[in-house]
Amino acid sequence: MSEVWLDPIAIDVGEVLQRTRTSLYSHLVTRPTGRAVRMAIKTQLQGNSNRSFRRRVAISLIDLSEVVILDFSCADEVVAKLLEDSIQGESREEFFVFRGVHERHRGQVQTVLERRGLAAVAETEPNKYSLLGQRSAAEGRAWMALEDAGLVTMGQIGTVFEERDQAAVSSLIDRRLAFRSPSSGGIHALSGLVAQFF
Amino acid sequence: MNVIPVPGTLDHRTIDGLLDQVALLGEERSLFDARRLRWIDPSGMVGLLTAGAVTAQKQGAIPRLEVPESTEVRGYLSRMGFFNSAQEVFEIEGQRGRDSNGDSDVLLEVTSIAGNADVHDVVDRVQQRAGVILTSKLGYSVTSVVQFSVILSEVCQNIIEHAEAPGWVAAQAYNWKHRLGRFVVVISVMDLGRGFRRSLSDEHSSRYGDRWSDATALEAAFLHGLTRFSDSGRGQGIQQIRRQVRRWDGAITIRSGTARIGQVPAWDDSPPLVDGMEPFPGSQIAIVLPAKVEK
Repeated sequence: MSEVWLDPIAIDVGEVLQRTRTSLYSHLVTRPTGRAVRMAIKTQLQGNSNRSFRRRVAISLIDLSEVVILDFSCADEVVAKLLEDSIQGESREEFFVFRGVHERHRGQVQTVLERRGLAAVAETEPNKYSLLGQRSAAEGRAWMALEDAGLVTMGQIGTVFEERDQAAVSSLIDRRLAFRSPSSGGIHALSGLVAQFF
Repeated sequence: MNVIPVPGTLDHRTIDGLLDQVALLGEERSLFDARRLRWIDPSGMVGLLTAGAVTAQKQGAIPRLEVPESTEVRGYLSRMGFFNSAQEVFEIEGQRGRDSNGDSDVLLEVTSIAGNADVHDVVDRVQQRAGVILTSKLGYSVTSVVQFSVILSEVCQNIIEHAEAPGWVAAQAYNWKHRLGRFVVVISVMDLGRGFRRSLSDEHSSRYGDRWSDATALEAAFLHGLTRFSDSGRGQGIQQIRRQVRRWDGAITIRSGTARIGQVPAWDDSPPLVDGMEPFPGSQIAIVLPAKVEK
């Protein structure tokens, strides 16, 4: 059994787009469409949260693979504002990974995250993850080291991360770009958790 | 009856002259005389509709439109779906062709933008047609159709979110053999709304004091990304359009009120800022994307 006790939630944005009031639309464009999809995603996350009373930590995989066109307004609503709302929310600790952020979406997602001072872990190619948005050089190095390792135990922290990047590791955890197990103190790459739970 | 002569060439370079004339019109009903029209691009078509709509607002009477004598030009206007919108704006005089059923080589027919559903419709239609034009005529990458659709989406949303009034969009590819020696795609978006100065006035005019004008409002939005919304995620549309147009070595100009601002590439000799034009409502955006030059 895993030492990590997380509530995994997978959401296919293309499917949400079809289910919302915007069901006639096939592309994720215009701000009202993005807002409607974000609200639908939040409703789905909330529903899941209500069913699992004990788990206060969740990891959500938001899948954009089936979305062909994603404009800046929708990227802002569905990626940046979803993250921002989650960080500001107090009900539980939520971690997000965005899947299917291919070349055609990458610029939009990068731009809207930077604009709000956010960062996110995204699968930009199959099984290849990137840290998008605003981050320091130290955060970038620390995230890459964690990504290569997958899991860094308490005893490995001093060797896997450079000494100058120790504060950046804490920052990654605070920004929910990495997960520290409350039981073991080990630090998990979100991509590793995706492989484990989805 | 005011007679407004439509020039023989009505495109993104000559449309300002027509709009200036309309800005100066009196109350007497007007006739737009397009009989000598020989060449028209999306800016000309959308601009003519905008000019007609503003004239109707000013004069309280639907203006008349004398259609071009050239059957070729009339046929082209029909293929571009111009008359569908024109019949809502003008009392049309003369023989007009039948509008396109959507099966022609047109990139994007003249389309009215009044709500978000219209933006979705534009993106859906362009998706089906833009790929071939962008790759074969402009030499852009296969994925460029996504960026092109994003540009169209953002520029059309500008009408809905900032103008708070209807507008039109159109796009087509041309061979600018003599002017540039290569193919271009021309996109035109115009609205009848309140323009950049009024849209931004409540939030930003006090900072500019006496300097607040159409030109400074355009600079604020176009160069600095200012928007009337306090949300930090807003105001990205025009900035990102500019960035993508620059990547493709294209040109973008926006006229609003008495000023026009532009991002001008080396191949274009237009001035980056023009002020002191006649006050015209709304905003008028033109984008020219040239074929890629192999280095």
